[in-house]
Order: sequence, then C-alpha cells, then structure tokens
Amino acid sequence: MKTFGGPVLFLDRSDINTDEIIPAKYLTEITKEDLKPYILEDLKLPGFDPNGPKTKNARVIVSRANFGCGSSREHAPWVFEVNGITAVIAESFARIFRQNMFNCGMAAIELPKADLDLIFSHASDEDATMSIGIEAGTLTMNGGGKQKTFSFEISPFDKALVLAGGWVDYADQKY
Amino acid sequence: MGKTTAEKIFDAHLVNEPFPGTKVLRLDAVLCHEITTPIAIDDLIRRGKDRVFDPTKIKAVIDHVTPSKDTKTATQAKILRDWARRHGIKDFFDIGANGVCHALFPERGFIRPGYTVIMGDSHTCTHGAFGAFAAGIGTTDLEVGILKGVCAFRQPKTIKFNVNGTLPKGVYAKDVILHIIGKIGVNGATDRVMEFHGATIDGMTMESRMTLCNMAIEAGGTSGICQPDMTTVDYLWPFIQGEFASKEAALADYSQWRADADAEYDQTIEIDVAVLEPTITFGYKPDQVKTVSEMAGTPLDQIYIGSCTNGRIEDLRIAAGILKGHKLAPNVRGILSPATPKVQQQAMHEGLIDIFMEAGFCVTNPTCGACLGMSNGVLAEGEVCASTTNRNFMGRMGKGGMVHLMSPATAAASAIEGKIADPRKYL
Repeated sequence: MKTFGGPVLFLDRSDINTDEIIPAKYLTEITKEDLKPYILEDLKLPGFDPNGPKTKNARVIVSRANFGCGSSREHAPWVFEVNGITAVIAESFARIFRQNMFNCGMAAIELPKADLDLIFSHASDEDATMSIGIEAGTLTMNGGGKQKTFSFEISPFDKALVLAGGWVDYADQKY
Repeated sequence: MGKTTAEKIFDAHLVNEPFPGTKVLRLDAVLCHEITTPIAIDDLIRRGKDRVFDPTKIKAVIDHVTPSKDTKTATQAKILRDWARRHGIKDFFDIGANGVCHALFPERGFIRPGYTVIMGDSHTCTHGAFGAFAAGIGTTDLEVGILKGVCAFRQPKTIKFNVNGTLPKGVYAKDVILHIIGKIGVNGATDRVMEFHGATIDGMTMESRMTLCNMAIEAGGTSGICQPDMTTVDYLWPFIQGEFASKEAALADYSQWRADADAEYDQTIEIDVAVLEPTITFGYKPDQVKTVSEMAGTPLDQIYIGSCTNGRIEDLRIAAGILKGHKLAPNVRGILSPATPKVQQQAMHEGLIDIFMEAGFCVTNPTCGACLGMSNGVLAEGEVCASTTNRNFMGRMGKGGMVHLMSPATAAASAIEGKIADPRKYL
C-alpha cells in the first residue's frame, strides 16, 4: 500500500479538468516519470505556481467539486504520483478520474462542502499538513496551531484496491 | 419494476459483485488507440502478462497523431502495431485505413445494441447511440479489459431525457447536446447514464445520435444511450444480415435492450427542441453556452470541422451546403478533417471536398489531431477557433487558445464571415 498524507496543496476551484492537470501534448511521453515536470502546467489560479515550492512539497491536494473532469487519461493520477501526491480530497470527482486513482492504489476522497470549507480555512497556513487513515476512514488537518479530524467513506471495492496497491493483479487472480 | 437500458445490459453481463455496489461486467468490445494503450501494453509486459482475452473482441486504431509527427508518436504507433500483430488482432487500423476511433469503429459495424464497450478514451460514450453501454476508462481498466475481458463499474443511475419537438432550421444534434449540457452542468450527470428518448431522437440519424451521445461525458455522464430502433437496424444491416432473417427480426431482437416503460429513473428531464437556437460555448467549460444571437460577431482565427463529434459524412454535407459558392473570410483559416477514410472518400465522390477546397479550406487526413492540440491545427497563444469538436477547456487546442464549440453549420457560416455567424441565413 502507498503512504498517504503530508503537506497540502489547496486548489480552490471546482471543475479542475484533466487538461489542466496534464496537457494533452504530453500524452506522447512513454514513461510516468517523464510527466513529472508538467504537473498542473495549464492551471491558472490566483497565487498558484505549478513550479512553486507548495506544488513540489505537496503530498495531498484539496479541491472543490467535479475534480478531474474531462479526459480518461490516467496520466492525471500518474503525474500526481510521480510528484509524490497520492491523495486528492474534494467535494466530488469525475467518475473516470476517481476510478483511475483507486485503480493505481491512490485515494480520491470525497467530503461534504462544509468539511472542505473548514479544511480550506487552513489554506494560508504555511505548515498545513494532513494525515490520512484509509482503514479508519479518518483524516486530520493540522495547521496554524489547530487540528481537526474528519471522517470519510470510500467504497469497499475502492478500499480493497488501495490496500492491494491496484487493480491489475487483483483482477488477474479473480477473473 | 421495469429496467433502464443500462440495467438490462448490466444484468446480462454481470460476472459478479465482488463488493457491495461494485459490479464486474463481461465485455463485448475493448477498443484501443495509440495514446492510452501502449502504456497498458508496456505494463502488461513488465508484469509478465502480455496476453489478450480474445483477439476478436479487441479493436485497435492509430488515430490521435497520425501519420506520426515525431519519434515519440512513432514509438506509440509502433508499440500498438507490434502488439496487434503479435496477438493476431485482425481489426487493427493503420495508416491508410485509420480514422477517429469513435467514428471508425461504428462505421465498421463493431458496436451492437446491448453491448458493453470500453476504451481508454472519455468519448467512448459515443457508442451508446447504438443502445450499448459504452464507457471511457483509464489505462489500468483498459489493461484488465485486454487481459481478462472484464471491467468493474458502480451501477450508474439513469437520467431520462425526453427530447421532443421539430428541430428548427439551423439546429442540429450538436445544438441539442450543448443545450442539455448547459442546462444540467458539467457534472450534472456524473455517475449517471444519459438515456435519450422522444420523437426528436427517434427522427435522428445514427450520425446525429452519435453526436448527441459523444458529449455525454461533458456533463460527466458514464454513457449516453439511445434506444435501438429501425434506424439502428438500417445502419447495421450490412454487418448483421447474415445473423437475422429480416430487418424486422433484427429489430425484435434488439428491442430487448429498450428501456421498460415502467423503468425507474434518477431524474426525468423534458427538452423541447422547437425553441432552440444554434448554440455555442463561450467559456472554458462545455456548460458555458449561449445562443448564436448572443455570440454573433465574435472574432475568429481558425475554423475546425472534424472530430468524433462532428466529422461524419452528414456533418460534411451540412457544412458544404452552406460553404458552397463562398470563400473563407480573409482573416481566418479553415481546416477540415474528415473523421474516417470512408467519410473522406464519400465526400470526394459527392463533390464536398471540392466545395471545402474552393472555399479555401485545408483538408487533412482523418485524425484526432487539433481537437486536443496534438497536431494538424494547434492554436497559437491568444488565437480563437470555431470548432465542431467537444471540449473547450483552457489550452485544449493549444496553450493560450480559445475554443468555441458549435455545430458544423454554425462553423461553416462563421468561416464565411470570419467571425461567429448565424447559419440560418445561409439555409
């Protein structure tokens, strides 16, 4: 199983799409590692720098509704993975992106808007970090001297994929 | 309680339910292209699992960047080509026979009512036009599909769209789906099937139904689905006449996949197309739509007609009908990319290619190319494109470029005027 948690990158907008996460022109790369420099290259958000230290240090992304909409490209979770980001927390996800995350053994965690508002209140905390317990179904937000724990649910299948580290070997054994 | 089309297909293809809420389905067609498949092939090789579940159920095409533009794209094509040969995948479409996947595979008769179809491409929802459950998936799901012929899904709920009314002059399937996306939003159908019913859909060609279902994903939909009928049978007849004694027999069989009258829906949405106008996107999301009256006069740099949304023969006929006898305005350039070689050849026979070329269009070979900013018409920073494609995300057709999605008719009228223009005055 992958490890989850660490410094948080806040992306405060809904409908962040796969072209913003990894532009199509990089889909000609053959290895996941080659995608690394292009993370979130086309995302335009106030104060966001795709090459800045917050992006480089991030282990968790927090965003809003319909995260990962658009293309089916698994390059989107991969570009996160090779940059050390293994979990995305959002109000909702596009179906294909969400499944791609779990299929790679990564976590796409949905929280209600009210919880996300509380988490986003840490957006300006330089020390904002999150710890995530997949089996317990809890995550804890730390920053600015404050701490708060939230509970979440992921489907039993998706949890099994995270614990197994992905879908291919599981499916090959079972089907 | 009756069932929706997707529920019937799920029940008929269920392998098992490994966990509550997750259903593993047997697949009828696994479609592959050279962008998302080579990484799956590479991973299968690394795992020592370079196998395919059934070479007759796997179809593959080189379509996104073709002919290859550089070493990287040539390598992707080669990986797919070598793999297809190695595994005896007979339905592999290489240069000369290749076209945009979601136009080519239906044209070859590969998609049938009741089928389960996956592809590592979000616009796979197009194939639901045949009464199939067709879903875009990522590379890992594709890998498992190739290896085992199964895919896991959460059973989607279904939204029923009752689409009625006569399409006004200048309003087409593209305008209808842009209007619907504008109404329900880019995540209005997430984890939902969009099932299309009503007299307007009944009167649509298969080409128009594919345009409609193609953009289901732009509302977050898992699959668009139309109800199989005689139009479906007529389209498929050259491929199925050996299987059925008559078209009526085929229709009787395919009708098993039609939704039951008492099926239960998550939502039912009524759409009256009689009041629609040509519809165009204005922002960077497909749900940001306005009427042509509101958008007319918007300056343009490029007109692009093609793609899995609107690169079929019907689309070329509509655009050529408007362009005939006209020239591109001097401030714009035009690119036509017929979606398949058959479309291109048919357009030549009908004199449509002449009309486009006399208007000043560049005619490219069939490819996805410019639609996703990969080749054959990428925009420069600050340029604006009137496009018959399906996605207007920031940077989609080139970094810093702006895309306005519209029908082939509106694109053709806009080509003549060099700015967004109302097609109705040319009809």
